[in-house]
Amino acid sequence: MKMHRRNFLRIGGACALGLGFLPAVKVLAGSDLSKVMADPKALTGKKWGMVIDMKKCWEQGRKNCDDCITACHKVHNVPDIGNIKEEIKWIWTEPFENTFPEFKHAYMAEAIKGKPFTVMCNHCDNAPCTRVCPTKATYKRKDGIVVMDYHRCIGCRYCMAGCPFGARSFNFRDPRPFIAEINKEYPTREKGVVEKCNFCEERLAFGQLPACVEACQEKALIFGDLADPNSEVRKVLSSNYSIRRKPELGTEPKIYYLV
Amino acid sequence: MLEKTLNGSKWYWRWIILLLALMGVGFASYMLQLNQGLAVTGLSRDVSWGLYIAQLTFLVGVAASAVMVVLPYYLHNVKVFGRLTVFGEFLAVAAVIMCGLFVIVDIGKPARLLNIMLYPSPNSILFWDMVVLNGYLLLNILIGWNVLDAERKSVAPPGWVKPLIYLSIPWAISIHTVTAFLYSGLPGKHYWLTAIMAARFLASAFAAGPALLILLCFLLRRVSKFDAGDEAIRRLSVIVTYAMAVTVFFVGLEFFTAFYSQVPGHMHALEYLFVGYQGKGNLVPFMWTFAFLAVVALVLLLNPKTREKENTLKIACAAVFISLWIEKGLGLVIAGYIPNAFEQVVEYVPTAPELMITIGIWATGAFVLTLLYKIAVSVKEESELSIYSARYARVKPVGITVSQDSGKTGGM
Repeated sequence: MKMHRRNFLRIGGACALGLGFLPAVKVLAGSDLSKVMADPKALTGKKWGMVIDMKKCWEQGRKNCDDCITACHKVHNVPDIGNIKEEIKWIWTEPFENTFPEFKHAYMAEAIKGKPFTVMCNHCDNAPCTRVCPTKATYKRKDGIVVMDYHRCIGCRYCMAGCPFGARSFNFRDPRPFIAEINKEYPTREKGVVEKCNFCEERLAFGQLPACVEACQEKALIFGDLADPNSEVRKVLSSNYSIRRKPELGTEPKIYYLV
Repeated sequence: MLEKTLNGSKWYWRWIILLLALMGVGFASYMLQLNQGLAVTGLSRDVSWGLYIAQLTFLVGVAASAVMVVLPYYLHNVKVFGRLTVFGEFLAVAAVIMCGLFVIVDIGKPARLLNIMLYPSPNSILFWDMVVLNGYLLLNILIGWNVLDAERKSVAPPGWVKPLIYLSIPWAISIHTVTAFLYSGLPGKHYWLTAIMAARFLASAFAAGPALLILLCFLLRRVSKFDAGDEAIRRLSVIVTYAMAVTVFFVGLEFFTAFYSQVPGHMHALEYLFVGYQGKGNLVPFMWTFAFLAVVALVLLLNPKTREKENTLKIACAAVFISLWIEKGLGLVIAGYIPNAFEQVVEYVPTAPELMITIGIWATGAFVLTLLYKIAVSVKEESELSIYSARYARVKPVGITVSQDSGKTGGM
C-alpha cells in the first residue's frame, strides 16, 4: 500500500493527539479510590500536629535524656556521620536562645536560660520547602504531613535554602556505612538527596504513633489531629499558653511548644 | 563557519591547549565529586549553596548583559554597536553554558536532572530559571549564528531572526529577574529577602558584562584585525559607568535599611560580610576588596579623562568585573546562609576539588567563547577585507576591466 505524505502526517497527528488526551482521560475518568487498601488500624487525621511540653521533659525526664532522638534515628536509619558540616538529623535539641532568638534578652529567668528545646520539621501548613522544590520531591500530604520522595529528589538543596527552621539535612556522602544497625522496615538513603522528619507517616499507616512520641516516657510529646477539636493536642493547646518558632514568617508551623 | 576554528596562530593553539588542560583537570575533579558525593566540597548542612551557585548567579548577569549592545543597536539605532552585537550574543552563549554546567555540578543527583522536566513544577523558581536560561541560550545561538552567517554571505539575515532579536531583549531581563527571585522569595533568609534584589542583579549585570566586553574588545584589537572602534568602546564605557554607579547606590540602600531600622536579622549578614559576626569573618577581606575596587572603578569611570584613556579604562573595567564578582559571586550567596536558622555561624570555605571544578567550568566557558569569537572575527575580517577591496576596486583607473562587477565584490 502506498501512503501519501499528507495521510501519513494526518494519522500520525491523530495518534499523537490521542496520546495527549490519555492523561486527561486518566484524570477525568479515574477515581479517588486508592489502589492499595489502607490498613484498617491506620491512624488518620486531617491536620497532624504536635505539642511539645518542654517543662515535662526537663523536670521529669532523666538528665540528658535523648530517648526520642535515639528512637527516631534508629527506626529511620539516620546515619551518624560524626561531622557537624555533614550532620544528618531529624530531631535534635537546641538551646532556648537559638530556638527562639526573638525571645532572648539580658534578664531571662534562670529556669529557661540555655535550656534544650526539642526541634524537628514543623510540617508547615504553608511550607516554603514544597513551594520551591522543582520536582515535587517534597510535598504536603492531605493529612498535613510534609514528606520527601527520596527517589525523585535531584539534590538541588533549594528546599534547604527555603526552610527557615534548618530542619533539612543533605546526604553529602553515602550514608549507609554510618548507620549502626539498619532497620529493614524503612529505606536507607543514597548520597545526594535531602531528608528530614516525616512525622512517622510509615508508622501511622499501621496504627502506630510516631517513634519519638512512643519513646518519651514523660509523655512530653503529644501527637494528634489539629483539625479535631476533641483531640488531645487541641485540648492541651486550649488550656495552655503555647508558642511556635518564627510564626511571623507565615509558614504556619504545626509544632507547638509549652514553656 | 565552524571550520574557521581550525585555523589559528601558534598562540591560538597554545591558548586552546591550556583551556583543554584546565577543563581536563576540572573534569577529573568532577569525577571525584561524582564518586564521593558533595562531601568533597566545603558545603555544609548550614551553608548548602556555595561557589557553584554563586558562579551561576554572577554568570547569568554576564549573559543578560548582551542586551546592553543589542538594545541600543536595534531599538535606538546606535550604529556603532552593529559590529558588536554578535560578540555580545556569543558572550551570552558562553555564559549560559557555564551557568548550566554550574547547576549540573551543584546537584546531588545529576542523573535525575531531567526530573525538572518530567515533573514540571511552576511553583518553583528553579523550574522557571531552567526554562528562561535554556530559552535564552537557544535565542542567542540562533540569532548570533544566523546574523553572522548572513554577514559572511553579504546578505540580509533571514526575516524570522528579527522578531527573535526583539524577543531576546525582554528575555535577557527575565533571566536575571528570575535568578534574583530564586533568592528574594525565601522566608527567613533576611539578606536575600529584599524587593530590590532583581534590580540590584540587573544593575550589577549591566556593569560587569559590558566591562568584560570592553576588555574583550581591547584583546581582539591586539590579537586580530577586528577593531570594535573607539566610539563603540566609549559608548560601552558610559553604560558601565551608569550601571556601576547604580549598583553601588543599591548596595548602599541595603545598608541604610538594615542599620537605620536596627532590625537584627537585617544587620547580621552585612555585619558578617564587612566586620565579622560572632567572631567569624572569612569574607571580610574579600568584601573590603570589593569596596576598594568599586571606589577605584567609580573614580576612574566618572572622570571623563580617565574613562576615555585606554589604560585607565582597562583598569576600571577589570575593577568593575572583579569587585562585582566578589559582591555577587561570593558574598551574596554565602552570607544569605549566615547566621543559620538557629542564629549560629557555620563558615564555608571551598575545597581544592571544588575550586578545580569551578576553574574547569570557567575554562569551558572561555573555550566556547574563544571558538565563537574566532569564528566571528574571521568572518568580520573577511567581509571587511572584501569591503575594502571593493572600495579599492572602485577607485581603480577605469582602463582596467573591473568596473562591471566591482560593486558586488563584497558578495564573494
